[in-house]
Amino acid sequence: MAKNIGRALFKFFDERFLLSDLGAFAKKKTVPEHKHSFWYFFGGISLFLVGLQIATGILLLLHYIPSIDGAHESIQVIMSQVKFGWLIRSVHSWSANIFIGILFVHMFSTFFLKAYRKPRELTWMTGFLLLVLFMAFGFSGYLLPWNELSYFATRVGTDIAGSLPLVGGWLKEVILGGPDVSQATLSRFFWFHVAVLPVVALAVIGIHILLVQILGMSKPLGVRETKEISFFPDFIYKDALGWTLILVGIGVVCVFLPWEVGTKADPLAPTPLGIKPEWYFTFMFTTLKLIPAHVLFIEGEQLVILGFLAGGLFWFLVPFLDRRAAREKRSPAFTWVGLFVAAYIVVLTVITYTVPGL
Amino acid sequence: MKTSTFASLLVLGLLGLPSVASAQGNSCLDCHKGLDGELQAPAVAFAQDVHGQFGLSCRDCHGGNPASDDVDKAKDKTFKGAPKRERIPEFCGGCHADAAKMRGFNPALRVDQLDQYWTSRHGQRLKAGDTKVAVCTDCHGAHGIQTSKLPKSMTFPWNIPQTCGRCHADKALMASYNLPAGQLEDYKASVHARALFEKKDLSAPVCNDCHGNHGAYPPEAGSVGGVCRQCHPSAGELFAKSPHKKAFAEIEAGECEACHGNHKVEAPTNALIGTAEGSACVQCHEEGSKGLAAAAGLRKLLEAFESRTSSAEGSLDAADRKGVEVSEARFKLQDVHTILVSAKNLTHGLDVAEIRKTIEEGEKALAEVDRAGQKALAEARFRRQGLVMATIFLALLAVALALKVRRLKVKRASI
Amino acid sequence: MRRRNFVDFFFGGSLLATAAAFLYPVIRYILPTKALASTQKSVTAAKVGELPPNAAKIFKFGSKPAVLVNTAEGKLIALSATCTHLTCTVRYEADSETLFCPCHNGRFDLGGNVLSGPPPAPLETYAVEVAGEEIVVSRKS
Repeated sequence: MAKNIGRALFKFFDERFLLSDLGAFAKKKTVPEHKHSFWYFFGGISLFLVGLQIATGILLLLHYIPSIDGAHESIQVIMSQVKFGWLIRSVHSWSANIFIGILFVHMFSTFFLKAYRKPRELTWMTGFLLLVLFMAFGFSGYLLPWNELSYFATRVGTDIAGSLPLVGGWLKEVILGGPDVSQATLSRFFWFHVAVLPVVALAVIGIHILLVQILGMSKPLGVRETKEISFFPDFIYKDALGWTLILVGIGVVCVFLPWEVGTKADPLAPTPLGIKPEWYFTFMFTTLKLIPAHVLFIEGEQLVILGFLAGGLFWFLVPFLDRRAAREKRSPAFTWVGLFVAAYIVVLTVITYTVPGL
Repeated sequence: MKTSTFASLLVLGLLGLPSVASAQGNSCLDCHKGLDGELQAPAVAFAQDVHGQFGLSCRDCHGGNPASDDVDKAKDKTFKGAPKRERIPEFCGGCHADAAKMRGFNPALRVDQLDQYWTSRHGQRLKAGDTKVAVCTDCHGAHGIQTSKLPKSMTFPWNIPQTCGRCHADKALMASYNLPAGQLEDYKASVHARALFEKKDLSAPVCNDCHGNHGAYPPEAGSVGGVCRQCHPSAGELFAKSPHKKAFAEIEAGECEACHGNHKVEAPTNALIGTAEGSACVQCHEEGSKGLAAAAGLRKLLEAFESRTSSAEGSLDAADRKGVEVSEARFKLQDVHTILVSAKNLTHGLDVAEIRKTIEEGEKALAEVDRAGQKALAEARFRRQGLVMATIFLALLAVALALKVRRLKVKRASI
Repeated sequence: MRRRNFVDFFFGGSLLATAAAFLYPVIRYILPTKALASTQKSVTAAKVGELPPNAAKIFKFGSKPAVLVNTAEGKLIALSATCTHLTCTVRYEADSETLFCPCHNGRFDLGGNVLSGPPPAPLETYAVEVAGEEIVVSRKS
């Protein structure tokens, strides 16, 4: 009986949404299977985590209060009084971090497999844009609990923005909504985090996924295997398996290491020692700390910031700069560049947390 | 010219006069800054000096003529030079003991320091001809004197132990007076020193708070209690009502001091009460005596309550570590903590009935904390159980997916 | 055929169970429970008329104790009740019209200033407002 109802429902929507046609198109899509196809899953995992963040984020919106008098307290309430609030919040905070880690893996795997080659340049560029957007998500979201760590991490982070030549001071004021981290900042970051960034990110994700669907998965250079599996449902099932395992991991970590509430931010208190931004910013932060005050005639800090901006631009334009890969030729030079960048990020992040005094 | 223009010019001119005067300079400072060692130090230090900030200068204490650049003319008839050690109190007292003079600079400042000094042990010995004892400059400095409100001043609370310690911790010097030299070290190990140096609590007592500063004299056994009562009045009141008051007076034991020490006052623990070695009670009470039995009883009472409090706190900590929010319970624990501290304080009164009553109140509050703690631990268990269930479902789902994938592979392969 | 149905059945079943395991916390999260203390900026300390003159009441402000005093002249004052010496909870003493800490006899006036005893710092004062029948205490801005 259930089958009949199901069939009737399908027919109803099929006649209006032309589902069968859509299904036929979808059935055509295939995914190459070879020794590197494991890396294909990271895109799907990223998408899954985006969904998880949106769901938990919307739930948190129900109880969160974006005012400096209520933000910290509302998190306290969520963690201690709202049923399963501890779980929703911990999932949101943990997934955010895991997600950024997955994004880096996704980015570097596509880089090394040179998936950015023609015609997938825009996929790469929208992808990099998404990385920047999600790091902005992380930065804005980190302030929302309004605890000591988040307040000072925001201060430190925006100070760095403020040290940019020419536009620095203005940029810092625009970001903060004023000269200091204040209610204006909290409102602004909240606005960014729940409205502006989600809309922009969803649009860019839409473009990114559309491109992936239209162009299919890139097959790495030199892979001769022609085996393909269909996207629906074979690849999806495998994707879902990955999602299930990630969920288990997130569950374990949220029960045994729930995210802390921290102490409420006190703007008058001195900056705690060893304050750092979130881990995915630390490679830039530590570079700034290690650079000497002056390199030749340029101020060290400015050199680093401009260096990262230039590096980011280079990374963004890699599909157009790697001309050999565009011609489907091996380009070891860019592989080396990628290895250097990856190693740099890893080493500096590790240094931040292991070397005393940083 | 117009009257208004003339007036403004006149005002400007008058305003300019002081700058003209000061442009004359101070030859004492100018010259001595160019010397070195002991002769340069006063000139350099004077920049920080509080007397300098009130407009006084070298001439006001030493005489001489600071307007003259020639050293012989500068050290003219009025030049007094550095006073001898035994003359220093009177030298400083020349202004500081004169109310009329001091009124012109700081009317709220006391003017009895010199009088007090003569009553002190330092003053008495100085009169007797001993110049090794402390005079004004030993504690206040000579040329870079700062008001004791400033942290760099030698008489700022957290610098005072060091200042007194310069002589009083000097074994050789103290030996010549047959005095002990361990007070500074003892003090540094005390809870007062910890409050002062670590918690930066400026109200914590330092040497002068108990011994007096200008009129410093070792306190007699009978007066120590009075000193402690200044900050610890409740303990003093309770003690005064207890049978110990009369007993201590009879054997001439120092109140407070006999049990808590004088310089090395440590945070009191339960070990202070009781019958064991190291407790204060065994100093006077003999084995088998009623007093010692009461002490043992009190100790048991306090320790039992304290250990129950610790275990309640422990279960809160355990729940906290497991990720459960326990701030509400910790709030209730505050009340228990208050009761525990006041129960311990009540031991000064030796009223067992009152202590018992207080502890009973504490037990009630503790029961609430315990309940909250158990609830928190139950929540931690619930979460873990929930996780196990969710993980099982997810694992089953993962297996199901894997089966589906395998089946598809087989299907595809057979095509 | 049976094998195929079993796998599908197993898949559908575990999917349902997982979905339920996820939906249950979400639904409980959304459904309202008893009144949640949200912003601790202001708290209703007492009702009008609850305190006679020259009496006080301890109430919870945020996660710390606070005291609401109705002075002998009928003025309402609220302060933190955490003694600044060793964090015991102070109480109002009607005879002396001061706040008194039972632990070491620290004493504060109704402005929070230390009058005597070991406390090193004054008590934080709060703003009091009467809103209808309720006495609302909030942090001073």
